[in-house]
Amino acid sequence: MDALTSGDGCWAAGPCPGGTGPAAQAAGLAARDSYGRLLALLSASTSDIAAAEDALADAFERALRTWPAQGTPANPDAWLLTVARNRLRDHWKSAQARRAFPLHGQQDSLIHTDDLDVDAIPDGRLELMLVCAHPAIERSAYTPLMLNTVLGFTAEQIGRAFSMPTSAMATRLVRAKKRIKAARIPFRIPDRGDLPARMAAVLEAVYGAYVIDWATTGPQARHLPSEALQLAEVLTRCAPGDPEAHGLAALVQLSASRAPARLDVDGRFIPLPDQDPSLWDSRLIDRAHEHLRAAHAQGRLGRFQLEAAIQAVHCARRGDGPTDWPALLALHRVLHAVAPSLGSGVALAAVTAEVEGPAAGLATLQALLEDAGQHARRFQPARATRAHLLDRLGRCRMRCGQVGTSRPSQARSTAKSGPSPCSACPPPRRTWPYTTRACS
Amino acid sequence: MRYLLLMHYREPAEGEISAEAIAEAMEAFGAYGRALEAAGVLVTADVLQPTAATTTVTRREGTLQVQDGPFAETKEALAGVFVLDVPDLDAAIGWAEKCPGAQWGVIEVRPAATTLVDGQWTR
Repeated sequence: MDALTSGDGCWAAGPCPGGTGPAAQAAGLAARDSYGRLLALLSASTSDIAAAEDALADAFERALRTWPAQGTPANPDAWLLTVARNRLRDHWKSAQARRAFPLHGQQDSLIHTDDLDVDAIPDGRLELMLVCAHPAIERSAYTPLMLNTVLGFTAEQIGRAFSMPTSAMATRLVRAKKRIKAARIPFRIPDRGDLPARMAAVLEAVYGAYVIDWATTGPQARHLPSEALQLAEVLTRCAPGDPEAHGLAALVQLSASRAPARLDVDGRFIPLPDQDPSLWDSRLIDRAHEHLRAAHAQGRLGRFQLEAAIQAVHCARRGDGPTDWPALLALHRVLHAVAPSLGSGVALAAVTAEVEGPAAGLATLQALLEDAGQHARRFQPARATRAHLLDRLGRCRMRCGQVGTSRPSQARSTAKSGPSPCSACPPPRRTWPYTTRACS
Repeated sequence: MRYLLLMHYREPAEGEISAEAIAEAMEAFGAYGRALEAAGVLVTADVLQPTAATTTVTRREGTLQVQDGPFAETKEALAGVFVLDVPDLDAAIGWAEKCPGAQWGVIEVRPAATTLVDGQWTR
């Protein structure tokens, strides 16, 4: 998703920090942080995101005109919020709006910058994210809507990331916002009974910001998926007690940490086992481990924590140590039990092959495909894994005339001695990323 | 804010539903109505006659046309309307999922755009 990286981080509504140095990037990040907070505050009472965006854009425009001459205010967020709220109040008071909206005393009152302590106002971004991933909204709009409202990316930037024309993306965003306003989708944390399902939708949407990197583009060179990292970080700050939010942040960070090693000089994809671990971003890996510890402290296991743990095991290869395949196998088994999917099943089969030999991997894969039905046979990772395992078996047969083992006694011995299916053959060169796309 | 809960379901054939099942459904609607009233959110509620009893009227072509049968022949027909006054969509969805009609049909939750109050349409 190179369209939305920090170098491209000037958002239409806000001041462009100019340049791409660390200071400018920090300014860009801070501005993005403010954007979502301010928009959440401005749209919460009416569910009218479009009006809040207009007011906030006016406030930023006025900031650009007045700050250079008068100096930046001590509390820029409070200044922006005050100006935007006054704009909204003007809008409500206008003849058109008076017919369209009931006036509320609280919204109608004048707010002065001096009285306003932005830090004392609760962060409403979780409520905003819950609105973006509300069951009454079209599913495909969840992730674009979050990128647009929480981080302030424009329809053009999001459209580029999703390989969609700007106009189509803009239409999708406008339609979703109209729906939020017309149906009055509330900015509220749902009841305890509804919260797990609603949070799951939010997590999926944040994850969606990360996987479009793989799903919609070819293997051209790309930067870190910084917007997914940002969304995940925002979510952990808004919901610090949710272990899956931390798990998701760790997952995105660990996967992103390997981005610098994913392509060779010619822009060709390098499979995980062949990547140079010294190129991995250790700062991101360390940050991910902080999130994993925070998740672990909550004592509730979930899909994203397991996926992150799998990534952590892969990243533990730093320093050129061997990959701990038995640990990976245990994690993949739990993942496939907790959140079974075609992808998790294929990954389990591939890792089974690493520990118990290609025949055992093929048997796992075959059982999965038989259970999953016709569409599973067209699932590309399943076909690639099958081809890879058959290739390994065939090579084994050619070299020593025996088929790689599936007998338990030999499987145990190969688990110790490494992935080679029979002791006479050298380990095959690993040329395929053994787990699903998150492992590239 | 006003929301309409529009119940849609397949109309049963004559005698398709047993007397006990009908009694059970009436009991469920009774309890649902009492819950809506107790919460102070109910404006009106009507369960409709089958489409066999409906008549369609139009002057769209200039002259009056009166026809028997519903506006659209569909597998599932509009079967009832609840008008609720609740703060937001989540509250309306909460009542829709408790509606007995959701057990065998679909509840469409639709916000009202404007309402006639004391002879004036609200804006």
